[in-house]
Amino acid sequence: MRKVAIVGAGITKFVRRAQETGKELSFEAARMALDSCGLTLKDVDAVTHGTAPDAFDGVHMKGEYLSDGSGGWRKPYMRNFVGGGTGVFSPIHGFFHVASGLADVCLVVCEEKMSSCHPHPQGAFKTIFDHTLEQPLNPTLIWIFALEMNRYMNRYGLTKKDIALVSVKNKKNALDHPAAQIPEDITVEDVLKSETLAWPVNRLDISPASDGAAAIVLTSEERAKRITDKPVWISGVGWNIDTAYWATKDLYYPRYVEKAARQAYEMAGIKEPHKEIQVAEPYDPFSYKELHHMEGLLLCKKGEAARLTADGVTQRTGNLPTCPSGGALGVGNPIAATGLMKVIEIFLQLRGEAGKRQIPGNPKVGVAQAWGDLMQVGTVVVLRSA
Amino acid sequence: MKRVAIIGAGSTTYRIKSPDVSYREMIFDAATKAYRDAGVTHKDIQSFVTCAEDLNEGYSIADEYTPDQLGAVLKPMQTVPGDFIQGLATAYMMVTAGLFKIVVVEAHSKFSNLKTPNEIQAFALDPVYNRPLNFNPHFVAGLEMNRYLHDSGNNASQCAAVVVKNRKNALKNPLAAYGADLNLKDVESSEEVSWPLRRHDISGKADGCIVMVIADEDTAKNLSKKPVWIKGIGWCSDTPGLETREWGRAVYAELAAKKAYQMAGINNPAKEIDVIEVDDEYSYKELEHLEALGFCKKGEAGKMVNELPSNISGGSLGMGHLLEASGAARTYEIVTQLRGDAGKRQLKKANAGLAQSWRGVPTTTGAVVILGN
Repeated sequence: MRKVAIVGAGITKFVRRAQETGKELSFEAARMALDSCGLTLKDVDAVTHGTAPDAFDGVHMKGEYLSDGSGGWRKPYMRNFVGGGTGVFSPIHGFFHVASGLADVCLVVCEEKMSSCHPHPQGAFKTIFDHTLEQPLNPTLIWIFALEMNRYMNRYGLTKKDIALVSVKNKKNALDHPAAQIPEDITVEDVLKSETLAWPVNRLDISPASDGAAAIVLTSEERAKRITDKPVWISGVGWNIDTAYWATKDLYYPRYVEKAARQAYEMAGIKEPHKEIQVAEPYDPFSYKELHHMEGLLLCKKGEAARLTADGVTQRTGNLPTCPSGGALGVGNPIAATGLMKVIEIFLQLRGEAGKRQIPGNPKVGVAQAWGDLMQVGTVVVLRSA
Repeated sequence: MKRVAIIGAGSTTYRIKSPDVSYREMIFDAATKAYRDAGVTHKDIQSFVTCAEDLNEGYSIADEYTPDQLGAVLKPMQTVPGDFIQGLATAYMMVTAGLFKIVVVEAHSKFSNLKTPNEIQAFALDPVYNRPLNFNPHFVAGLEMNRYLHDSGNNASQCAAVVVKNRKNALKNPLAAYGADLNLKDVESSEEVSWPLRRHDISGKADGCIVMVIADEDTAKNLSKKPVWIKGIGWCSDTPGLETREWGRAVYAELAAKKAYQMAGINNPAKEIDVIEVDDEYSYKELEHLEALGFCKKGEAGKMVNELPSNISGGSLGMGHLLEASGAARTYEIVTQLRGDAGKRQLKKANAGLAQSWRGVPTTTGAVVILGN
């Protein structure tokens, strides 16, 4: 298999309501990514775009609409989509292009403009449920995550306080991220006192709705060596989907994330992820999700993630820095762009270019993960700098 | 580069309405046929690709409902919101990269579920500049047809001949929904929808599903007596902007074909390709696409309507428009012809074939795949 490197990256600022159109956001991120490695569109062989539901932007065939803004003009251009897992899947789709030999340079762009959805993008989630079995119950996304969080807490005897620590950590980490939307220095009490939306989920347990875009440039080994001294290699990819009938499974553990992680680790030759992975960006749209996903990623034993968080292991200075970027909770959550932001964070950390966010110890191996659909999809990318 | 083959294909029949089955049941039906054809079960399949767009499916995240009916639960599965041939390209890349040996690609249409298909399609227009103009997609097609005919020198009567040919061809295709024995006058006297586009120039909607199993060379040789090899594949987007696009020719098809021909080592498509399936969502598109693909010079396709082996299946005009599965129906016909299974419509010589897709108004996205025995 041909080796595939990340050689450049760009992220727009994540905001609640961007003045720019989705096309313009895509353009900005793509431009930043190309500029960062000194390439132009002429060098790009193919473009893949990741963006979550059309209902956010309010455009049918959103990938087509965003194509020219993303640099896909008169090029092989395709959109990839696995719901909320799209952001980490996009580099995987880009990986196919380069690893197969069909492209030497592939531009990967992710965009989300959730503010177009009125009055609130949560409305777009009303139609993700089964039309016959579930929509008549009028569920919202927050309700089903309240079910899942409750189940997770119940299974391991965790409290809301244990989980609130994730929000506190990530929002604080985000203070150092230039693209961050809601970085804050808050306490556990602030989280617990914030409005209850659907017990046990409070407002500060949830990432915000956001507009934003991110992009990376993938190249073959030969091209990477001509472009940069510090290529970061995509050494493992994994993705997995569980049944659509989510009510038929036990929500305490994301087995689909484990499956995706095992696929990626096997490819990357990682046997003991909890020892070998030096920095992780699990998807954290809700505070408990970070813990859930750490376990799915096999970074700790089942039910152990909350204790590691309380012990400070997941802080930037800890043994397993987790969401050093600030994650979806702090940087913001323009769905597909968030996943790619996480991949970019690992890229920067492995290059030693994360600025104030840089974790100590010169890390060489990291993992980014996203999750999506109806508590159903896991997408995992393992990166290595050497 | 490694060789990749289609080793199994399954299709439902295409129907104007299908109230007795859900789309999930249609997928199950086509998948069962494809797996049996390939001699595999869902357990042997390592990865899956579905081609679908949310608003056509009626879900915000249509990807959710893809795994169960394909046997893909807890497997690597993805959606390509694109045409089937783009999904096939994704599967092709995964196998070529060495990630998997057996991959399945699926596309379906439950067009009859769409209460307001034109309005949904209009929702794909640029929301700032174009949507306020309240276009009907057929209006955009009418504009394009007019410009294309003007630039190429072909005429509306030749487009009508495409309709007559394809709907007649469909009479010999047991899968087709719109087989009919029409004459030029029937087409040319049908209602004007957006001049010069008439009712019969527009393909009718159909429900259906197509599933294909693809595999790497070793697996294909082990499992299949008649593997159909993917010799070349290409895809391309021009621009969705109505203001900035090329109206007189299909640049996306030209560029996608260039890639595919390059990969397949084809220099003279008219001589080297025996059977052609091109997108004909609108009659003029068949002519425009045949010219873009290099089967004839610009302006000559109209004169060659009944000479080229194009859309023997009946095309979208004869089989029905299948949303993202339209390219799948084109590809399915090539596979059928190359295996010699096309019954009454079987060509004597069918060793190499080309299938081409277009994603419809307002897109300028298309893909090309070249298959060979």
